[in-house]
Amino acid sequence: MADLTRLTAHELTEAYGSGAATPSSVTEAYLGRINALDGKVRAYLTVTPDLARQAAAASDARYRAGKPLGPLDGVPISYKDVLSTRGVATTCGSRILATWVPPFDATVVTRLAAAGVVPLGKSNMDEFAMGSSTEHSAFQLTANPWDLSRVPGGSSGGPAAAVAGDLAAISLGTDTGGSIRQPGAFCGIVGLKPTYGRVSRYGLVAFASSLDQIGPFAKDVRDAALVLGAIAGVDPADATSVDVPVPDYTAGFAQGVKGLRVGILEYDRAGMDPDVERAVSDAIDVLKGLGATTRAVTLPTADYGLAAYYIIAPAEASSNLARYDGVKYGLRAPGKDLIEMESRTRAAGFGAEVKRRIMLGTYALSAGYYDAYYGKAQKVRTLIRRDFEAAFENVDVIVGPTTPGVAFKHGEKEDPLAMYLNDIFTVPANLSGNPGISVPCGFSTTGLPIGLHLVGRAFDEATILRVAHAYEQATTWRTRRPELS
Amino acid sequence: MGAERAGDRAERGTRAGGRSPGAREFEIIIGLEVHAELTTRTKMFCGCPTTFGASPNTQTCPVCLGMPGTLPVINRRAIEYGVRTALAFNCRINTACRFARKHYYYPDMPKNFQISQYEEPLAEDGWLEIDVDGATRRIGIQRLHMEEDVGKLVHDGTLETAQSSRVDFNRAGVPLMETVSKPELRSPEEAAAYLKAFRSVLVYLGVCDGNMEEGSLRCDANISLRRPGAELGTKVEIKNLNSFRNVQRALEFEVKRQAQALEAGETIVQETRLFDADKGYTRSMRSKEYAHDYRYFPEPDLVPLKLEGAFVDDIRRALPELARQQQQRFVSQYGLPAYDAGVLTQSRALAEYFETATKALGGASPSAAHAKSVANWMMSELLRVVAGDDDRAIAESPIPPAHLAGLIALIDDGTISGKIAKDVFEKMRHSREDARTIVQREGLTQVADTGALAAIVDQVIAANPKAIADFKAGKTAAAKSLVGQVMKATQGKANPAIANKLIEEKLARL
Repeated sequence: MADLTRLTAHELTEAYGSGAATPSSVTEAYLGRINALDGKVRAYLTVTPDLARQAAAASDARYRAGKPLGPLDGVPISYKDVLSTRGVATTCGSRILATWVPPFDATVVTRLAAAGVVPLGKSNMDEFAMGSSTEHSAFQLTANPWDLSRVPGGSSGGPAAAVAGDLAAISLGTDTGGSIRQPGAFCGIVGLKPTYGRVSRYGLVAFASSLDQIGPFAKDVRDAALVLGAIAGVDPADATSVDVPVPDYTAGFAQGVKGLRVGILEYDRAGMDPDVERAVSDAIDVLKGLGATTRAVTLPTADYGLAAYYIIAPAEASSNLARYDGVKYGLRAPGKDLIEMESRTRAAGFGAEVKRRIMLGTYALSAGYYDAYYGKAQKVRTLIRRDFEAAFENVDVIVGPTTPGVAFKHGEKEDPLAMYLNDIFTVPANLSGNPGISVPCGFSTTGLPIGLHLVGRAFDEATILRVAHAYEQATTWRTRRPELS
Repeated sequence: MGAERAGDRAERGTRAGGRSPGAREFEIIIGLEVHAELTTRTKMFCGCPTTFGASPNTQTCPVCLGMPGTLPVINRRAIEYGVRTALAFNCRINTACRFARKHYYYPDMPKNFQISQYEEPLAEDGWLEIDVDGATRRIGIQRLHMEEDVGKLVHDGTLETAQSSRVDFNRAGVPLMETVSKPELRSPEEAAAYLKAFRSVLVYLGVCDGNMEEGSLRCDANISLRRPGAELGTKVEIKNLNSFRNVQRALEFEVKRQAQALEAGETIVQETRLFDADKGYTRSMRSKEYAHDYRYFPEPDLVPLKLEGAFVDDIRRALPELARQQQQRFVSQYGLPAYDAGVLTQSRALAEYFETATKALGGASPSAAHAKSVANWMMSELLRVVAGDDDRAIAESPIPPAHLAGLIALIDDGTISGKIAKDVFEKMRHSREDARTIVQREGLTQVADTGALAAIVDQVIAANPKAIADFKAGKTAAAKSLVGQVMKATQGKANPAIANKLIEEKLARL
């Protein structure tokens, strides 16, 4: 057991069960590695060694007693810093919440604590989850473990880099327009965005409420399935969570994909990295070889997805972020009166991208513009949902690239629109609510990971996990790991 | 909407001058918006208690403080109360309604938006009947919707001079129900009558305590004037109307102000005005240019509410009889005068008191006489002791309905006189005992024993030679003074009818 931090969660719990390792020994290995290497990756905003050791010790005792809590007991985890953690700073990557310590845990944090996980800390992100590179964090740049000069993707760049760099066994991110799947692809790991309503958003600091969804990063598909199983399910504290039974997501893995109907997404090749195109095309051949049938699928209105997204998400953000005014918590910049205090607080507390989106959203919701922008965008959203519904009458899963290209260099995409284009393949599933997963499907000629994007029917995460698992097991991509030293 | 601010950009209005202008030339168009705090145990979107008057910020949680990451969950009971009220107002319940966010910055509003309803309110298109000058009018109700209340600012000093202010979020998130009337009220009196009738319905339904001083019921008015047949005039909104009287006073002032302006050829500015109850006038608070753009959009954290038939039907079946219906029934069933029936139906508790007492006195089918004596005793005595619109005071009345019935029964069967009964009532009020217990213990039973009374009559006659002389001289009133003497000698316990008869017999024999 030389390289404890390389193991998947299910390998860890197996080792705990057999006595080959203990949660404490693994936790120490992770804390040591974070100490040694996170200075380079900068995945973490807060490390919580005391909480981690306490949880690990409790888990040790459960394994000694032969009564582990389940398949995640003693597994070290990192939480994106947008998920509320009682007594632990939750900054959302923003100066305005730099000192915010929530008095409550997010539902997902509570559920995972009940599953016995070991919380290593809180990881970096684009401010309020707005971005695709984690460069919009107010605090630090996070590096891609595959190439430290490159971005890990975003907005969940911290939790993705943590898992890719073996600084956590698993992590939770959030996905509003691709913020789990895109960094999953950039970092060469599995990233899953569940169906909207599948996982409680209580305690997730809202960016765009109708699009945000929490999901796992993992070193393999089985781990992602195990984490989803632990966090999914209706929550009385989230009225938008849906009461659909939570299956054992690993149960179908043995069936493989024989006979499954895979839809091949037809997409515009303009602006595509040829390495990505090739990798996706090869992946489709692998799925065919495994016995899946394929047919072409179009999502005619998905072309308008990005435009609709950049109305709806900023509109909701402008509303959700209104509460940060210096009155109740977080940053307060003094002013001679209330209005000056609030204005200065928001001017000093928010970064440029957040301000841009607040202004966009405020405009889109203004009297006289609402119908033309927000109203129209909602109609596009309905059409995209119908496109997916129509497509899923003939196929069980839709396959395509997660991103148009691979991880780019820090500072390479300064034009906001160029940055926004990163989300072109991932945004439609946020607008429609469908689940999506990115699974590693190869490397560019420059040695950077590429992600295969699988979208499934609403609340049918089981099928995309099953296809992703079959593909993963038929290929060896997961055995290639970044070398950090 | 419960959070408009007095004092912001306030500018003094001018007092309407001495001459009362000819308001009669104009038709008055008034619509009222009433905000009612619901008496649910918990808040609209979280489990915090709604109790009024607790220490600042003790009735709060992450949700009603709008902390990052929190989400609202609809209080089912509040929706039930809303539907109950909407049905009582004869509204159409929207089977699919939804919440919306209303945005404006104010430090007593934790999220800087209020969860309210906009395009899809809970209910629409109802009516409420009011009585003005003996005539009944049906006033249309445009819409009824649900929202959350805001907190309260406590300024250290006056708003203008305060160097600091504190925020109390106890009220933030308390369920509010906003009801907007159609612009069908035609006078300040009608507006006050509407508000009274409105309050009565809410209190009868048990959805609001109706306390205007504590802000449980708040009223804003829209008013415009026009010459008959002309197009609608520019309307002005008046805020801060916290009593029936102030609604009427503010609107009366505004009628004069607008009439004067129109007669002088001025145009009315669309604006929000604030009523200053101490000074008795309205002043400009905010003109139309400063009107907020609330940037409404559907609340994404809540799914549209499906009000299914069974949910609404159950509420409809459980609707109580309302004051107007009860008043009519008291007239037809018990033969009460309309005035009495009106007094006794000022609250559900008082009406219940009346019916319980009347049935205790007269059985399942009490006579009109029974009902009338109960009504008389309640109006002349009970309402001195408890406020007629205070449900709790009535429920906890020191004289419960059965005791009042017992007292009246003692008068009816001749055990005590009406005069003694009033004393007994006072004793009952303090000791909380029933009438019979007091009467027996204190020996207040009327002396109806002819033998015993005859002896007293003899004594009185013997002791009052002057009265006898007067009587003999033809002054029949002297007999009455003798009866009074008998009553006095018996400390009121003599049965007056028997005493009178005995005196008459004795005098006749003289």
